[in-house]
Amino acid sequence: MNRQVFELVSWRLASAVVTLLIVSFTIFLATTLLPGDVAQILLGQAATPEAVAGLRKAMHLDDPAIVQFLKWLSGLASGDLGRSYANNMPVAALIGGRLANTLKLAAATTTVAVPLALTLGITAAINRDTLFDRIVSGATVAIISVPEFLLATLAVLVFAVYLRWLPALSLANETQSFGDLLRIYALPVMTLTFGVSAQMIRMTRAAVIETLNTPYVEMALLKGASRRRKVLWHALPNALGPIVNAIALSLSYLLGGVIIVETIFSYPGIAKLMVDAVATRDLPLIQSCAMIFCVGYLVLVTIADIIAIVSNPRLRT
Amino acid sequence: MTTDALTASRRISYRFNKVGLVSLAVILAWALVAIFAPLLAPFPIGKIVNFEFFAPMSAKFWMGTDYLGRDMLSRVLLGARYTVGTSLAAVTFACFMGVALGMTAAVLGGWIDTVMSRLMDALISIPSKLFGLVVVAGLGSSIPVLILTLGVIYTPGCYRFARALAVNINAMDYVTVARARGEGLGYLIRAEILPNITGPVLADFGLRFVFIVLLLSGLSFLGLGVQPPYADWGALVRENLGGLPLAAPAVIFPSLAIATLTISVNLLIDNLPRKIRDQGV
Repeated sequence: MNRQVFELVSWRLASAVVTLLIVSFTIFLATTLLPGDVAQILLGQAATPEAVAGLRKAMHLDDPAIVQFLKWLSGLASGDLGRSYANNMPVAALIGGRLANTLKLAAATTTVAVPLALTLGITAAINRDTLFDRIVSGATVAIISVPEFLLATLAVLVFAVYLRWLPALSLANETQSFGDLLRIYALPVMTLTFGVSAQMIRMTRAAVIETLNTPYVEMALLKGASRRRKVLWHALPNALGPIVNAIALSLSYLLGGVIIVETIFSYPGIAKLMVDAVATRDLPLIQSCAMIFCVGYLVLVTIADIIAIVSNPRLRT
Repeated sequence: MTTDALTASRRISYRFNKVGLVSLAVILAWALVAIFAPLLAPFPIGKIVNFEFFAPMSAKFWMGTDYLGRDMLSRVLLGARYTVGTSLAAVTFACFMGVALGMTAAVLGGWIDTVMSRLMDALISIPSKLFGLVVVAGLGSSIPVLILTLGVIYTPGCYRFARALAVNINAMDYVTVARARGEGLGYLIRAEILPNITGPVLADFGLRFVFIVLLLSGLSFLGLGVQPPYADWGALVRENLGGLPLAAPAVIFPSLAIATLTISVNLLIDNLPRKIRDQGV
């Protein structure tokens, strides 16, 4: 049995690596091979054709695409992310601190969102079709139907403009007291939490309802088990796998969410760095940021799959 | 004779519930606005009609004015054209490609199916917003580029969905019979598989339309989507974000427009008559 699980998990990991290779090739293709000559952009409009040709040669832009790709990939693997076009700094140095900031934001959101979503999702499932369930379900549909920037603008409108409790920008500096820190993180974390929890609540609710409809829960009911015992003892342990799977999948929503949230609140994270890099067409920086996002997404999705495999024996066929 | 009676009774028996009807009405209203926007707009679109920027709502300017003093109502009405039109074109592209490839993969099977599915799985694991950012960084933003990019981003999802449905139909006896008769790939797809997956594919079409509207608005909001002088709803929110401290209606109305459209589509799908949702039309 355990050997089978081991085999499935390693198969899943191997396919994640293959996926990562295809993804990196796609990103490389999308950024380098599309029209728009990098050398021309770097040197500006006034450059002579000879200067452009010289720079192309120096940057190995005339090599075949596959050679360029392999060079780029081996650079990535050995930790050399290249240099930024815009200010000629190593990309790794630009990314370092920014990545930590984004991870802080993600961690804060996770700590708030997971308990909140699980409580609401499970209670909505248990009290199915009551007013409470309808309100929760309606709110989650509304939240997943609107773009993230709408949630963010709404939060700013309510908490920064009308109530004046919180600042509208999150310019995080190191020298701040805990209270300031809380005020700065409040709005971005709130916005992200809304988005992430809405997904999580829906999936959790569906998972618990599904287990509540199984014959063994009905059996427990017929035996005369209390409702509490029915839910806590019979339904929840079996819904745990799907729920944890749902958590991992919903967290991947963070990746799209931070792009908008960091821009709106001017939060110095990696997504803001990438959006700025897109504005200046700083390709090495865009490629590296994109790879970080894709790796993050792949890790979350792979974890979700592995949890599903381990927790549900029926998937081990 | 009997078949006629059957189709007639089927056509009548599509029953929408109240929520479904209301959302259908909202969607149709936005579609009409998108088509007739220039006729409906009370003021010329790009023209500065008021010296006061971020003006509040008034009898003359129903939605106030924007950051330059242009009439917001006219801009929101015309924005419908960009948001709805671009998204519709993109989702049509995505669904057509995804469904066609998905059915082909399901019917052919073998290594073609494996290779295509692996490739689509890889594409699906690039976060959509990021994909949009990267392509726009490379190609620059214009409406054809946006339509193609959004279409390509959502093709793998449609492919997966259609393939999963088609694989089930492909295992049916009547498909085996058709194959034994010597029918070709085109016939199998068109006459045997497609009619049996139309309903779910239509529901999926709506769902992906919402995703595309959200992504397009997000990109426009970042300044990477529809470019000035044109503006979709996302771009309208971005342009007027400076009016947020004044709680200007110029920020709120485009946001409301997006929300009404996407929520309506979602609710319509949730409340579709079972007949359309569960089986082929």
